[in-house]
Amino acid sequence: MEIKSMSFKANAAGSLANVVLQGTLKNTKGKFVTKRAEAIKDLDDFEATRDAAAAIRNKVIDNLDLWLERFEQKALDTGATVLWARDGAEVCRLVTEIAKKHGVKKVTKSKSMLSEEAGLNQALEAAGIQPVETDLGEYILQINDNEPPSHIIAPVVHKGLDEVADLFHKVHGTPRKTDIPALTREAREVLRSHFLSAEMGLSGGNFLVAETGSVALVTNEGNGRMVTTLPKVHVVITGIEKVIPPLEDLSTLMRLLPRSATGQSISNYFSILTGVKKPEEHDGPEHLYFVLVDSGRADVVGSDFHAMLRCIRCGACMNHCPVYQTIGGHAYGWVYPGPMGSVLTPLYAGIENAIDLPHAATLCNQCGVVCPVKIPLPDLLRKLREKQTERGLRPLTERIGLRLWAWVAQRPTLYALAASFGARYLKWLAAGSDRIRVLPTAPEWTLGRDFPAPQGKTFRELYAARRKTASRA
Amino acid sequence: MARVRVGLFVTCLVDLMRPRIGFASLKLLETAGCEVIVPETQTCCGQPAWNSGDAPGAVALAKKAIAEFEGFEYVVVPSGSCGDHIRTEYPNLLAAESEWRDRATALASHTYELTDFLVNVLKVDSVPGDYAGSITYHDSCTGLRSMGIKEQPRALLAKVKGVQLKEMNGCEECCGFGGTFSVKFGEVSAAIAERKCDNVLASGAKAVVGGDLGCLLSIEGKLRRMGNETTQVLHVAEVLAGRV
Repeated sequence: MEIKSMSFKANAAGSLANVVLQGTLKNTKGKFVTKRAEAIKDLDDFEATRDAAAAIRNKVIDNLDLWLERFEQKALDTGATVLWARDGAEVCRLVTEIAKKHGVKKVTKSKSMLSEEAGLNQALEAAGIQPVETDLGEYILQINDNEPPSHIIAPVVHKGLDEVADLFHKVHGTPRKTDIPALTREAREVLRSHFLSAEMGLSGGNFLVAETGSVALVTNEGNGRMVTTLPKVHVVITGIEKVIPPLEDLSTLMRLLPRSATGQSISNYFSILTGVKKPEEHDGPEHLYFVLVDSGRADVVGSDFHAMLRCIRCGACMNHCPVYQTIGGHAYGWVYPGPMGSVLTPLYAGIENAIDLPHAATLCNQCGVVCPVKIPLPDLLRKLREKQTERGLRPLTERIGLRLWAWVAQRPTLYALAASFGARYLKWLAAGSDRIRVLPTAPEWTLGRDFPAPQGKTFRELYAARRKTASRA
Repeated sequence: MARVRVGLFVTCLVDLMRPRIGFASLKLLETAGCEVIVPETQTCCGQPAWNSGDAPGAVALAKKAIAEFEGFEYVVVPSGSCGDHIRTEYPNLLAAESEWRDRATALASHTYELTDFLVNVLKVDSVPGDYAGSITYHDSCTGLRSMGIKEQPRALLAKVKGVQLKEMNGCEECCGFGGTFSVKFGEVSAAIAERKCDNVLASGAKAVVGGDLGCLLSIEGKLRRMGNETTQVLHVAEVLAGRV
């Protein structure tokens, strides 16, 4: 997918000015947060479960090569084929080759963020193969000229009902309707023929189970089951970090994933798919492929950002992020929005291609406290800022300003003088009022709010004067 | 009993913008029986450098503050954010230098946010302030989520004659300040502040009170830009200490 993260600031300004988006953000903000808060109450010991989940994920990513080999061996034993993709281009090439090998004309897809990373739909279309998104949200985006998703589990959360009504009317040529069940029924009817006619189904994978060589899929619409069981070929595309050791660990992670994501105790559908159709079985794919993708993940192993590989893609961090709640996902400019996206985008798409993202956070740590696998997201964002500084990627004025400030702050006499001057300068700017309307030294602050006036003298000045008076008395 | 010897870390923002918060902190600690010393050479804890990716600057300022404050029985900070920087981040950012890391860990172990210190160390049963009217409390992110500052300011405000606490919706949500975030992404920052201010106004409280000046500047600036002239924006120390 094309990276538009460098224009984050302009993207964010656009989001703030988008009335429809602001309305949908306001409507959904509370829902995600409240539902999750309610759902985690079911667990006797939520914190201990988080610790256990983090430990499970650590166990894998600390020895990723080993667990991947185990998974590969088990998957091969079940009759699956395991392929490895270095990057998005390789994903596109491998999937296109698989499709061609089996004479596939149409591919039904359930949600896969890796397919977004790789830009797979465009590659399939270019090869004359028709991809059909079957997750309702993804379907809406696909028929809207391949619009990118704005959220990892609720891809179309930015759209209002009216927009979807207009789109269905235009694309399906049916009378315009705003009744949600009717719209859903319309999508089902359109998708049904695709489900039945596709020769290949493509899914992501929430977890790969090393013990059994299975893929676990967490979905809510049932489309995942259609995609993975009806066509004769099933292709799973997933990141190499998604392995978990034994099947038993799934139960721990599944106590957290739906609760953290949508506030459900369990998703509507939860499938564990193992191997190809056996002679005595009535359904399932004849051919099963795993495309296991690196795309920057292997470089993260053992780095300062190692903990990020624990991520199970629940979306809780973005749902609780004050910045995401204000601007939505598109502003982040790539596949993954919110705090996890602000870490992943620089790591996977290049630190120099996402200069603003690590800074686009207040470090409030709301993301860190809701993360089901305890990823210290603010620490990782801060670490990325450090890497940017080390590589000289921040604007020169900012770097000089920071160094100068830190230099002065190490020299108390000079600092006292500078602070005293600063306090008076700000007081002068306020021109006798209690506020500054335009702050020339930090104009961004006063774009949307005033800057309160200072008292005029620094604490250290007043304190010294007070001590003097006291000692004289 | 010997008087408790406390080093007051005023914070750079209080020094520059609101000295009265520093004096209020001083009064609270002295009223509670502490001997308070304000080291003259203190400047900034270095959090802006650390959060902006300037590790060498942050390390230098951390060492400076450690040298200035390690001799005190306790170090008290009228800010959850700066207090946490000393308590949690100093040992982290000095992890590679064992001597300094140990000194940082020692300092961290006796560094407290103001209200936490008053409640959990001094166990004060009265405060000098009086305030007639309703108050809504904004929980600053770092103080809340990293230092566990939640009940302490409320317990102390409950001791102030005339104060009626009215909780707002989303009191634990970020105000949009975020340090340099507020000057890098001013529009987004102000939009987040607007949600906070909507909640403040909906509470109907006469004043919004918090423990971190950065948040308070953001909230006050947004309230005034929204046309609200009446809601007071106060640091918890100001309310607890009364006139200084």
